[in-house]
Amino acid sequence: MVIYGVALLAVCSLFGLLVGEALGSLLGVKANVGGVGFAMILLLWLTDWLAKRGRFKPVSASGVTFWSLMYIPIVVAMAAQQNVLGAIKGGPLAFLAGTIGVVLSFAMVPFIARIGKPKSDVPPADRGKGAA
Amino acid sequence: MSELLYQALFKNGLLVGFAVVGGVIWLSYFVSERFTHGRLHGSAIAVFGGLLLAYIGGVFSGGKNGIADLPVFAGVGLMGGAMLRDFSIVATAYGASFEDLKKSGLPVVIALFAGVIVSFVCGGAVAFAFGYRDAVSIATIGAGAVTYIVGPVTGAALGATSDVMALSIAAGLVKAILVMIATPLVAKSIGLDNPHTAMVYGGTLGTNSGVSAGLAATDPKLVPYGVMAATFYTGLGCLLAPSVLYLATRMIFPF
Repeated sequence: MVIYGVALLAVCSLFGLLVGEALGSLLGVKANVGGVGFAMILLLWLTDWLAKRGRFKPVSASGVTFWSLMYIPIVVAMAAQQNVLGAIKGGPLAFLAGTIGVVLSFAMVPFIARIGKPKSDVPPADRGKGAA
Repeated sequence: MSELLYQALFKNGLLVGFAVVGGVIWLSYFVSERFTHGRLHGSAIAVFGGLLLAYIGGVFSGGKNGIADLPVFAGVGLMGGAMLRDFSIVATAYGASFEDLKKSGLPVVIALFAGVIVSFVCGGAVAFAFGYRDAVSIATIGAGAVTYIVGPVTGAALGATSDVMALSIAAGLVKAILVMIATPLVAKSIGLDNPHTAMVYGGTLGTNSGVSAGLAATDPKLVPYGVMAATFYTGLGCLLAPSVLYLATRMIFPF
């Protein structure tokens, strides 16, 4: 049933966010640390585990895929409630402070990505041998 | 009649949200195909359209939540709010490869630290260039350049003034919006076309809304990898900015 997929997704999300909140308060930080990440790992692990036992039927899976396909529309809705006016009102200081870091961060990506980049032509069996 | 319509829309906010966003996306894909021959991805235009709505909403309502501050469009706020956003982001992990995630551990950690520190230093340097000389203000604006959550968290911890806090949040908003718009444009030149680079990208840029929307507009298949890394960024920023990074700032500007 489709609700099984939706419920599984909900349980994973709630659990991950809870772990993220707990980790945040443990570190004394007012933010959720890695909650969505933990939820993702749990979902991957559980769906894999269930599928291997034939317990995750395509109908159940469609409850998860529907929400993953709703992701872009939801992101558009998220964009529509950003404080764009606030960003513009921040003036040149806010504009430069935000922009320069982004430009440098973009520039760093290819260099950091070179570290431990999996060679696409290396078969999976050789993975780990040549890692720097 | 108009009162009836208003009531119907107001009571069914989430449905209004679905309809509005559906319309925006339809229009965006139409523009993408007809005017850019698909070169500018439909979802990139849709995100930009969303930001445009946010601007219009801000002008008309004077609030902070874009279009969602107009009562009829409050449902857009529910649809794009943290709950459904996290829910659907987690869903994108379904079908991602565990192996790809595991391989990129060390580079992602490096990306997270490098991203937070570089953004903080850039923001702080700009604050200095604009005449700020006290460590609290410089660190708060620097933290805002990390993300718009790290900024106010740091400012509150250090006791920054409210105008500095506002600038700090604005810097973070500029970052988020810029990442949304610029990611699909620079994707090719930074090699953002595989899970590994997507994770490094998520770790380096880190702003959750920026990364999630930026990747959605670039290649939806990369979303789970980038977001997985980015989910640690704000937390790391909240950890480093008011502590180590502030202390380092105070060593340079001991006021």
